[in-house]
Amino acid sequence: MKMTITEKILAKSAGKTFVEPGQNIWLNVDVLMTHDVCGPPTIEIWKREFGEAAKIWDKNKLVIFPDHYIFTKNPQANRNVSLLREFANQYGVDNYYDVGTDRYKGVCHLALAEEGYNIPGTVLFGTDSHTCTSGAFGMFATGVGNTDAAFILGTGKIWEKVPESMKFIFEGELPPYLMAKDLILRILGDITTDGATYRAMEFDGEGVFSLSMTERMTLTNMAIEAGGMNGIIAADAVTEAYVKERTNKEYEMFTSDADAKYHSIRKYKTAELEPVVAKPHSPDNMGTVRSIAGTKLTKCYIGSCTGGKLSDFQAAAKILLGNQVKTSTFIVPASTEVAKALEEETISGISLIDIFEKAGCIIAESSCAACLGGPADTVGRAKDNEVVISTTNRNFPGRMGSRQSEVYLASPLTVAASAITGVITDPRDFL
Amino acid sequence: MEKILEGKAFVLGNNIDTDQIIPAEHLVYSLSDPEEKKMYGKYALSSVPMEKSGLPNGGIKYVEAEKFDTEFPIIIGGANFGCGSSREHAPFALQIAGAKVIVAESYARIFFRNAVDGGFVIPYESVEKLNDKIKTGDEVKIDLEKNILLNVTTNEEYKLKPLGDILPILEAGNLFEYARQTDMIA
Ligand code: SF4
Repeated sequence: MKMTITEKILAKSAGKTFVEPGQNIWLNVDVLMTHDVCGPPTIEIWKREFGEAAKIWDKNKLVIFPDHYIFTKNPQANRNVSLLREFANQYGVDNYYDVGTDRYKGVCHLALAEEGYNIPGTVLFGTDSHTCTSGAFGMFATGVGNTDAAFILGTGKIWEKVPESMKFIFEGELPPYLMAKDLILRILGDITTDGATYRAMEFDGEGVFSLSMTERMTLTNMAIEAGGMNGIIAADAVTEAYVKERTNKEYEMFTSDADAKYHSIRKYKTAELEPVVAKPHSPDNMGTVRSIAGTKLTKCYIGSCTGGKLSDFQAAAKILLGNQVKTSTFIVPASTEVAKALEEETISGISLIDIFEKAGCIIAESSCAACLGGPADTVGRAKDNEVVISTTNRNFPGRMGSRQSEVYLASPLTVAASAITGVITDPRDFL
Repeated sequence: MEKILEGKAFVLGNNIDTDQIIPAEHLVYSLSDPEEKKMYGKYALSSVPMEKSGLPNGGIKYVEAEKFDTEFPIIIGGANFGCGSSREHAPFALQIAGAKVIVAESYARIFFRNAVDGGFVIPYESVEKLNDKIKTGDEVKIDLEKNILLNVTTNEEYKLKPLGDILPILEAGNLFEYARQTDMIA
């Protein structure tokens, strides 16, 4: 029987030879990830249900990254991190990456990749809707609520309904003015925010496989914006190289059978696509950058799990090199590894960090920061009726702070070009 | 778990999000205080726009003013039921109001999971679209063994998709109870 990559990985995890969409199956979880917002309530449910004798099913498979509300004076936020710290100490959780130590990593979804937890062919659950990001590594990854996470914490098992798969094929390599963000925003515009509900979104084609791992993560990251259960890209040599550099764990590479059954297949020719944005207030409110060029901005933001990776800053630096920003522009590296790379990577002999500083950008510490608004003292938070262009993934009312603010989502190229002019600008004007 | 569920149907449209099911302003009530807990029932489905509340004509409240529970234990929905935020209060509020079962074309994944794993309400999927065939107030009977919905008022019968492997969780009460009964956890 023919299966998609998602079906094959789920079958393996369930100890079955064949699964099909609609079937509810029990999975053996390879990694459970949690963070400072959902970790404490998950631990609370776990203690309530498993009682005094509560045991973590496998300490090595639990990974905890404080990342959401980090550099703040907010007492509830800081209490959450303290709770995680105590929990990690008490139960000897080695994979805890504490704030204020040199183990601190930043945003969980990128940190999972960097620290070698993303292994092709495995199954990863996380208490965060963007857990689907890890699917870029040819693995099954999805978000769950606190009750489910508490159950995994105690048992290492969880049930899941095998999703139907949708396939998105991008033919031809990406032209220099397009990024993965343009592709996923385009898909969202076409299928809307419930277009993939309860389904797998599989990305395929030369346009996808010519991308770096971090660019691929931009695609899978936003599967949830279409209601998708998971996003997935088959592992290839690029994936293997990334994984081998970070871990010596074994991996297994799966691909979809040529005649596997899909809910639907969509094809795009990359040469025909244009830089796009998601206009306020929904990620599926797609329009071309040119159609709204000239819209006045008060803030530009490059950061988050979807838009604060090294490849995002390389793209932005390419445009900002030798230019000045007209609007306040925030550079928020998603992880401490990215922050370090900004000092080491160069364009024309100048480090990325120097390019950003000379251009007049504000550089912040690694965390989720203003991607989800956060406490009032969060760096880059949208205030009042600001108009923001951002490389993040959600622009619902109030998501980046003020409910009166307007947020446009775009690629780092588009955000950088717009930072220079102070109005929404097509990156082709600078390339 | 009962094998036959019957009662009056309450019919809704597509994309009923968790904010319509239980608005964020009502998430403050304590779950351990029985008096406060009832408030979740009082406000269940209170944010569905009035013209879409109780199709086909609308204008029917799921829980009448001054009341804490509903006369409609069976909810008939459309596509993407339970979309929006992942709050577990949504299926919980429906349960407190007296909902026993939802029959919808499709569910947002996290709502579906929360409904089953918390043991709040049975989320059945219909084979065909039903929210244009059943009217609010129709007497409905659901056979959980045969996976059939009978509209007693019109004497029409519709197939439901079998609950499959989630049935044992629903029968046990919730995910943790299920795990205890099957010796998955002590
Ligand atoms: S960066 Fe934004 S989207 Fe990513 S995990 Fe943090 S808050 Fe969520």
